[in-house]
Amino acid sequence: MGHSIKRKEDVRFIQGKGHYVDDIQLPGMLHMDIVRSPYAYAKIKSINAEEALKIPGVIAVVTGRDLEKYNLHWMPTLMSDTQMVLPTDTVMYQAQEVAAVIATDRYAARDGKEAVMVEYEPMKPVIDPYKALDPEAPVLRTDKEGKKDNHIWHWEVGDRDATEKLFSEAEVVVKEQMHIPRIHVASIETCGCVADYDKVNNHLTMYMTTQAPHAIRTVIALVAGHVGLTEEKVRVVSPDIGGGFGGKVPVYPGYVIAIAVSFLVGKPVKWVEDRSENLQADSFARDYHITAEMAGTKDGKILGTRFKILADHGYTDAAANPSKFPTGMFSIGTGSYDYQTAFMEADAVYTNKPPGGVAYRCSFRVTEAVHAIERITDRFAFEIGKDPAELRMQNFIKKEDFPWKSPTGWEYDSGDYHAGLKKAMEAVGYEELRKEQAEKRKRGELMGIGISTFTEIVGAGPSKDFDILGIKMFDSAEIRVHPTGKAIARFGTKSQGQGHETTYAQIIAEELGIPAEHIQVEEGDTDTAPYGLGTYASRSTPTAGAAAAVAARKLRDKARKIAAYLLEVSEDDLEWEPGKFFVKGAPEKAKTIQEIVFAAYTNHPQGMEVSFEATHYYDPPNLTFPSGAYICVVDIDKDTGEIKVRRFVAIDDCGNIINPMIVQGQVHGGLTQGIAPAMYEELIYDEDGNILNGTFMDYLVPTAVESPNWETGHTVTPSPHHPIGAKGVGESPTVGAPPAIANAIVDALSPYGITHLDIPITPYKVWKALREKGVE
Amino acid sequence: MIPASFDYAAPASLEEAFSLLEQHGDEAKILAGGHSLIPMMKLRFASPEFLIDINNIPGLSHIKEEGGYLKIGALTREAELETAKVVRAKYPIFLDATKLIADPQVRNMGTIGGNIAHGDAANDHPAVMMALRAEVVISSAEGHRTVPIDEFFYGFYMTAVQPNEILTEIRIPVPGPRTGNAYHKLERKVGDYATAGVAVQLTLDEQGTCTYAGIGLTNVNPVPLRAARSEEVLVGHKLDEERIDLAGQYAAEDCNPSSDLRGDEDYKRAMVKVLTKRMINKAIERAKS
Repeated sequence: MGHSIKRKEDVRFIQGKGHYVDDIQLPGMLHMDIVRSPYAYAKIKSINAEEALKIPGVIAVVTGRDLEKYNLHWMPTLMSDTQMVLPTDTVMYQAQEVAAVIATDRYAARDGKEAVMVEYEPMKPVIDPYKALDPEAPVLRTDKEGKKDNHIWHWEVGDRDATEKLFSEAEVVVKEQMHIPRIHVASIETCGCVADYDKVNNHLTMYMTTQAPHAIRTVIALVAGHVGLTEEKVRVVSPDIGGGFGGKVPVYPGYVIAIAVSFLVGKPVKWVEDRSENLQADSFARDYHITAEMAGTKDGKILGTRFKILADHGYTDAAANPSKFPTGMFSIGTGSYDYQTAFMEADAVYTNKPPGGVAYRCSFRVTEAVHAIERITDRFAFEIGKDPAELRMQNFIKKEDFPWKSPTGWEYDSGDYHAGLKKAMEAVGYEELRKEQAEKRKRGELMGIGISTFTEIVGAGPSKDFDILGIKMFDSAEIRVHPTGKAIARFGTKSQGQGHETTYAQIIAEELGIPAEHIQVEEGDTDTAPYGLGTYASRSTPTAGAAAAVAARKLRDKARKIAAYLLEVSEDDLEWEPGKFFVKGAPEKAKTIQEIVFAAYTNHPQGMEVSFEATHYYDPPNLTFPSGAYICVVDIDKDTGEIKVRRFVAIDDCGNIINPMIVQGQVHGGLTQGIAPAMYEELIYDEDGNILNGTFMDYLVPTAVESPNWETGHTVTPSPHHPIGAKGVGESPTVGAPPAIANAIVDALSPYGITHLDIPITPYKVWKALREKGVE
Repeated sequence: MIPASFDYAAPASLEEAFSLLEQHGDEAKILAGGHSLIPMMKLRFASPEFLIDINNIPGLSHIKEEGGYLKIGALTREAELETAKVVRAKYPIFLDATKLIADPQVRNMGTIGGNIAHGDAANDHPAVMMALRAEVVISSAEGHRTVPIDEFFYGFYMTAVQPNEILTEIRIPVPGPRTGNAYHKLERKVGDYATAGVAVQLTLDEQGTCTYAGIGLTNVNPVPLRAARSEEVLVGHKLDEERIDLAGQYAAEDCNPSSDLRGDEDYKRAMVKVLTKRMINKAIERAKS
């Protein structure tokens, strides 16, 4: 624990020897490409495959009508909505799958795609989510019997009446309308699969880019059990993954079509999206329109918050939230502050856009919540003329008040928010920066300082509250120690770059005293790994990491018994230090873990079960609540609107740290994915539903060039309920960075009366906002 | 990202290339660095039936001063321009420009000739070449002809290069003493096309009067644009703030940008004005040093 050992998996990654879905080649493998809709909303009048089938190598063109014969043209979403696999009548968004071309090679498949002639009858789409609720708006989901509008669900939490009363009586009320833009995870590896159905044995092996292989196996069995693919006949293998970020949690139509085709023709079928398909059709993230309000006193006491959300889900609710949480964990949005009155409500609507709502490096809508609370907190500070750092210090929940009950029902496990912000302010030189800013303002120069002090909620979850399609959100570890003292450990999670092979090995090493390099970690094969819910929402360390610690402790208990037997003393006479048991007061009388393990197979106490193996399924008693204090400094070019992030200090508190280097790497990557929506990324649609930036030429993923020098640091407040006191860190920076940047930019522009700008805040947006305020 | 099928040849001489052009006419495209053409083919925006790869043809890659010109072979890579001694010493504008073109991987392959012959007003070299009053050498089986850069661009993806011809060299008049040049473009992120870009070259006499001004604009007009009125207000004058301001204003007025995701027309005109002024000042600074 606490050691920056090099990542075990990097040996293969840096040599280009990773093994990804697209590296899989099977004998007789066919290739699939997908015809996609040029329209956002249209009736399909006809699909003519004649020309495509004439191309050498093209063997079939599959349409929704073909799948309908097997009742496979629709599938359930994780939110119990329904999604088309292939349409029979109507396309609902631009780039939706329309037909699949199957060919003996990838080139023929692509040429075939070009040759399929589809006749459409375009209809006027619903793009603006606010207009989706107009009574005269066309009802999009006519497939749902009796559906009379585009409303999906309403959700609320907190005390509406008490909040209303508070707001009507409060000294100060501030309000801003904000949009958390529709963005895309844009992982460097796109999605894909090889579906390999063995007709003789009625067995499907599904190699695919999934963050949750076991859950997928169950979903396949639930969807295709009626054609014989019951769960024991399905093996899901998730090989190396080039970035997931939540985008590889859903089941995409392409996977299902590949399975259906392989099932019908009895040959392996490979499908790998290209970049544009990935960006245009796979699940989006965010897209919340939020009206945020805060009430407080003139001297800066926060008394309450009220958030109203309109959620644009596209044509189906294909979010990847725990079943009982349509807005995920948005209700963490009361933030790090000590007040007890809050109300939040959300309405979700259908529009003619791609489905989704995935938890992009975010524990289910936490990014949206944190943006709302951190922006409106700054707005409140601005309104009463108080320094935003001072205002936060004044309102933080105190260290001694944990566990703390939030007004929306969460029990924060632990935190020390004052220490985090103090450390960040010292690191950045806050007082000096404010003085510099005052000087610059006198000269008309634009400099801004932005703070974000967020509370995260991760590690889903306690099974009493959290499930996905009814499956409880536990996770698992299985440790097998071989007679020679080397081990293999398998998990229900799936790394997509997070470094599980190293982190888990370190946890086991810490608990059992076997060196991390002697522990082989495996994930992603449902035939070998214990059942688990997968990796997303920063849940791996809180759940599977905990399972590893508990399973290792089971083995340590067994080791104590064996050591007592070998040393002929009672168990109580033994003391443990990592790597060996020794007799109290006689440290020379000792047995190493390796000796003990060998004895477990060769000389075990009679009556004890042979072998040295343990499995644990960990059901956390609560979520964990990491936190952070981020400070961003920007300089803005008044003439061009260009924004330079001069400094960015990130102090994270993720509890006890297993591998500081991996944590730092996670924070660096997460911060870069934080500046992404803050300054660069947004999926933009015109009024006809055409995506205007469906390639990396215009969908601006920031690179190392755009990244400032990240200055990172930590405070350590262990989780009291986690076996090793860890909290999870993967998404904290993605969640915490956008409001720090937005607050800094708005702070820079505040002398001109600008109180809010929606992210992404681009030079053009800044320039326009300044001109609207009369700046020449 | 798979192009339509095409045939391919890699001739070893210009004569061979000309005869292939003769044979395939409009259906053929010249492949140099490929960093504009290949993406277009992969997106199936372009589907040429025949690619003539000129990378094996000797004599098309050079950077040298000769006969009063800086001569740049059409196959010269952007990266070579960045490192050439003569460029570093006398033509800092090329360093300004190349470091803003895409990323190092692209610059290792992308060629100067291709950047110009593509005929895209969003590319950076056209504006630079306009500021420097370059001449373009175009070759065919009949021989060589030289076209001033002002007469080179006809329209979107259309240039003076005819189907039987190949752009082989760019010639830039060696500037006199007290010359300074500079280029900058605003981009949304590294590798982006310009929101607006401005190239400036100025020559001053000993008294500081401007004797030459060249100003080219990137991506704010359907074809690469020379800001002629802006040049005129500078030449023959001492360059005070008022003149520079006027040059910026004229450039902003004379371009014809279209609104897109990078910004609306007003923003782009404003950026042309800001950048023109900044680049004039930078060129003056360089001319004086």
